[in-house]
Amino acid sequence: MALTGLLLFNTLTGIATLVLICLGLGIIYGMMKIINLAHGEFVMLGAYVTVFAANAGVNLWVAMLILAPVAVGLIGLVVERCFIRFLYGRIIDTMLASWGLSLAIIGIVTSLFGNTVRGISAPLGSFPIGHYRTSLYGVFIIAVAVLAVVGLYALLRMTRFGLVVRATMGNPRMAAALGVAPPRIYMATFALGAGFAGLAGGVLAPVSGVSPVMGAAFIARAFITVLGGGPAIITGTSIASALFGSIDEFATFLTTPVFGQVALLLAAIIMIRFLPQGITGRVFRRSL
Amino acid sequence: MDKPNPLQAATPGASRRNLLKTSAAVLGGALAAPLVARRAEASDTIKVGSLLDLSGPLGSSGLGMYQAIQVGVEEVNKAGGLLGKQIQLINYDTQSNIQLYSQYAQKLALQDQVAVVHGGITSASREAIRPVFDRYKTLYFYNVLYEGGVCDRDIFCTGTTPAQTVQKLVPYALSSWGKKAYIIAADYNYGQITAKWMAKYTRDNGGSVQSVDFFPLDVTDFSATISKIQQAGPSVVLSALVGSNHTAFYRQWAAAGMLHKIPIASTTFGLVDEIHTLAASESDGIVTSYGYYQEIDTPASKAFVSAIETKFGSKIPYISELSCDNYEGFKLWAAGVKKAGSTERMAVIKALETGISIDGPSGKVTIDHQTHHVIRNAYLAKAVNKSWDVFKSYPNQFPSDTAAVCNLIKYPRTDKQYVIDVKA
Repeated sequence: MALTGLLLFNTLTGIATLVLICLGLGIIYGMMKIINLAHGEFVMLGAYVTVFAANAGVNLWVAMLILAPVAVGLIGLVVERCFIRFLYGRIIDTMLASWGLSLAIIGIVTSLFGNTVRGISAPLGSFPIGHYRTSLYGVFIIAVAVLAVVGLYALLRMTRFGLVVRATMGNPRMAAALGVAPPRIYMATFALGAGFAGLAGGVLAPVSGVSPVMGAAFIARAFITVLGGGPAIITGTSIASALFGSIDEFATFLTTPVFGQVALLLAAIIMIRFLPQGITGRVFRRSL
Repeated sequence: MDKPNPLQAATPGASRRNLLKTSAAVLGGALAAPLVARRAEASDTIKVGSLLDLSGPLGSSGLGMYQAIQVGVEEVNKAGGLLGKQIQLINYDTQSNIQLYSQYAQKLALQDQVAVVHGGITSASREAIRPVFDRYKTLYFYNVLYEGGVCDRDIFCTGTTPAQTVQKLVPYALSSWGKKAYIIAADYNYGQITAKWMAKYTRDNGGSVQSVDFFPLDVTDFSATISKIQQAGPSVVLSALVGSNHTAFYRQWAAAGMLHKIPIASTTFGLVDEIHTLAASESDGIVTSYGYYQEIDTPASKAFVSAIETKFGSKIPYISELSCDNYEGFKLWAAGVKKAGSTERMAVIKALETGISIDGPSGKVTIDHQTHHVIRNAYLAKAVNKSWDVFKSYPNQFPSDTAAVCNLIKYPRTDKQYVIDVKA
């Protein structure tokens, strides 16, 4: 019984982690159709901001929940102005440009801060489930993921900004005809996506090995999940995260981490075969 | 000459003039090669090659090793050099990329014509460049602790092997904490083979292995594993996890409150500065066994540490066995050259095979003729408040794992890595 509880908790944490990693990519890829191969590096930058701010004496929660997303969002803004805005509609070119960007960010961070693992230890301690122990920080990750999903949903569904964003993504010319400036909306949306990536980095910093190359460990899973999720970014990303997160967790527990990864990829291949448009290409089509 | 020219075939637009130029260059190069070689011999420096990853995922391991060999070269040069010549160190950053290893290995052997190469970090990189140096008759030193078994007269392996470290670590763990072991290791040849040794020594010492789990190098989420370990309830976790992503295991282990519940013994923890990057609350009590720790309290060790700190500042990564091995490997080679009175490859090999020893930071290090490995000290240490408390030392440990399969005295033409048949 306690073991089941522990497994369920771990699965929820795994799903929440995946949701956090994917939301930013969901916005940038799912809404803007920019294949952002530098997504992992945005996550890495968020983690670095958190570690450096916390080590400089900033309150850890402020560092991870406010500083990391804001700083990476600003970096996203600069990136959009300097590279991405010239590449809208050129999906293959964005791939090349953002891959170059990812290498550049890794290079810059390495030369500035060195190729070493950094980090801060996880706050909050641990709690028992039966006679097992697990991390209380997992509860925090779950809470942040839920709040991020709900917050993003509310932003897109209930605010004027959200309406304009959705309209611009749906039909930029029509939106422009109605007096919206699509370049500005693109810029803001890209920064928003980068900000969510930064938030993921900040929240995951205490449970990861923070190094310049840490982004590579996330990027593949993030793309698989977002592609599996389909066009409705919030619903799709959440469902796909729940599916892939559970598969990964249970397969890893029952077999080994190697088969955990294999199972995840197999599930993704099977799903893409039967649902080529992703989960929300078939069901929940009208959701967000 | 009537064979089709591959150059022409590849580039249909190549003119006859270009072809002539290329052929002339190739021909000229072939004729000039012996001249260049002779000039290299007569020049007033000795070139020493180094192949280390200074960037990419392995860059953090390579950096300390590079610093150490620079210090070694500088010491030899200050003392008047070798055979009256100054040493010139040529390092190429292999960027954690095996292809670059093969490429730069050829460059060092053919273009730079170095007297010796010190380098390679992972076993995969070593196996990529070892055949290159065999082919071009370039002496090669691999200065990293590894899984053992390389048997090749052209190479010297100066790091510790499982018989020197794992054999000390596992019995200590079993006798202090209990007989049930749970093994976690990185999923490539080092981790796979080391896990077998861990299992063997566990059984040899009356213990039982509950499970052996391997982790690809990009795994960052260890929650399922931590649950599995708790469910199995071992008396000790034996870890051979590798790389920055795997550092997350120790974080998540401590975050789950397990650090003081089930002890960890590791053959890899602390090699790349984990002792500084993790908080004391994440590392306290972890036990490791290596051929060197910077806390070792001997004059040679202190001098080594202060030499590196003087040159590179005190904010350098932890000076682990990796750095020490690279320094000692270089010093062993230098001692071989002195004894041989030449940098010629065979002369140096024969001189080293006489059983040369040096007094390095880790203590006395002696070349073993039979295996081309080294007889050296091993230590056990425990992480206490972000430094290593070295609590036990084992002087002059023999590389008995490799010696069980490799005999270069009897069969000097052997050239392979034995996968030692561990009954696991």
